[in-house]
Amino acid sequence: MNINATLIGQAIAFAIFVWFCMKYVWPPLLDAIEARQKKIADGLTQAERAGKDLELAQAKAAEKLKEAKAQAAEIIDQANKRRTQIVEEAKNEGEAERSKIIAQGEAEVEAERNRAREELRQQVATLAIAGAEKIIKRSIDKEANSDIIDKLVAEL
Amino acid sequence: MAGQGEALTSSSYIQHHLTNLTWSVDGGWNAHDAGFWTFHVDSLLIAVGLGVLFLWLFRSVAKRSTVGVPGKLQCFIEMVIDFVDENVKDTFHGKNALIAPLALTIFVWVFLMNLMDLVPVDLLPHAAQTIGIPYLKVVPTTDLNVTLGMSLSVFALIIYYTVKVKGVGGFVKELTMQPFNHWAFIPVNFLLEAVTLLAKPVSLGLRLFGNLYAGELIFILIALLGYWQLPLYFPWAVFHILIIVLQAFIFMMLTIVYLSMAHEDH
Repeated sequence: MNINATLIGQAIAFAIFVWFCMKYVWPPLLDAIEARQKKIADGLTQAERAGKDLELAQAKAAEKLKEAKAQAAEIIDQANKRRTQIVEEAKNEGEAERSKIIAQGEAEVEAERNRAREELRQQVATLAIAGAEKIIKRSIDKEANSDIIDKLVAEL
Repeated sequence: MAGQGEALTSSSYIQHHLTNLTWSVDGGWNAHDAGFWTFHVDSLLIAVGLGVLFLWLFRSVAKRSTVGVPGKLQCFIEMVIDFVDENVKDTFHGKNALIAPLALTIFVWVFLMNLMDLVPVDLLPHAAQTIGIPYLKVVPTTDLNVTLGMSLSVFALIIYYTVKVKGVGGFVKELTMQPFNHWAFIPVNFLLEAVTLLAKPVSLGLRLFGNLYAGELIFILIALLGYWQLPLYFPWAVFHILIIVLQAFIFMMLTIVYLSMAHEDH
């Protein structure tokens, strides 16, 4: 084994390779690795933040839901109350209307009866007078006996 | 597989496997003792080819890399990048844009060169011989020139950054005023520190070379066994997977450690 110029050739090749590696191989690869590392780290932080946001949003949503439920229950309660109130009112109104109508009917009936009675009385009076007139036609003066007829009419 | 029609003996077989395809400025192809200006063409071509393969693969992924969901290949490449980056960040506490790409290049390139060890020892040399190439040593890291070429480059970087960070004075002081901080000890200090300093590239290069050379030699020895090589070849190859990765990792780690030492004041 003898030392010769191969050594120099190898050293030159070595220098060129190292230079090439330093210039064209190492920087782009390491840059890519570091950029990816950064990207992954960013992604992880973002994911963590998103998780926290989600948790917060879920809590908020649950709260909102609870609130809405309470509100709905309140509304239903109110509606129920209002319904009973309305029914009650309607009932009362109906009752009043009914009694009013009955009273009216009664009054009308009463009035009709009075009128009929009055008419009847008049007719009977006229009839009586006519009868009496016919009876007493010949002898008795109509004016002299009218007080008797009035008394008779009043008695009917 | 001995070349030039020699009788096939064990030693010639091994010898053949351990011979590089050479070209020298003075003697041309495969000349004996052609002096310093000789190139191991096979080692260089395979090493450069693997380096280009590494850079092409990583560059093509880098060009298509997305910040979004990565593909499987990109995932794999990014795992390698991340592994190297983590090791660099654990060891090297400074700002230097060179260290991490340097570590990545060393790790992957050395790994690929070591990986050639798992190619069956006769496959490529035999194929080369049939197309007329007499010698082919497949694993570049079993070539001392290759490992020393890398470790000496690292050594140059160590010196460069030591001087750059601490100044020439700081470098000289580091060599002479440690571990005994007194002028009278300067020669002793210098001796100790010089050995320490020089041991770095030598040990770095020799460790890789030694491991892979020994591993390759054992592969060759197993290949000599004829039919009995199969039960032996498999466990040694499995075990070697570990060595391949480990040696690439050690080379990378030591480079990072040496360079981080060069950056730090004591």
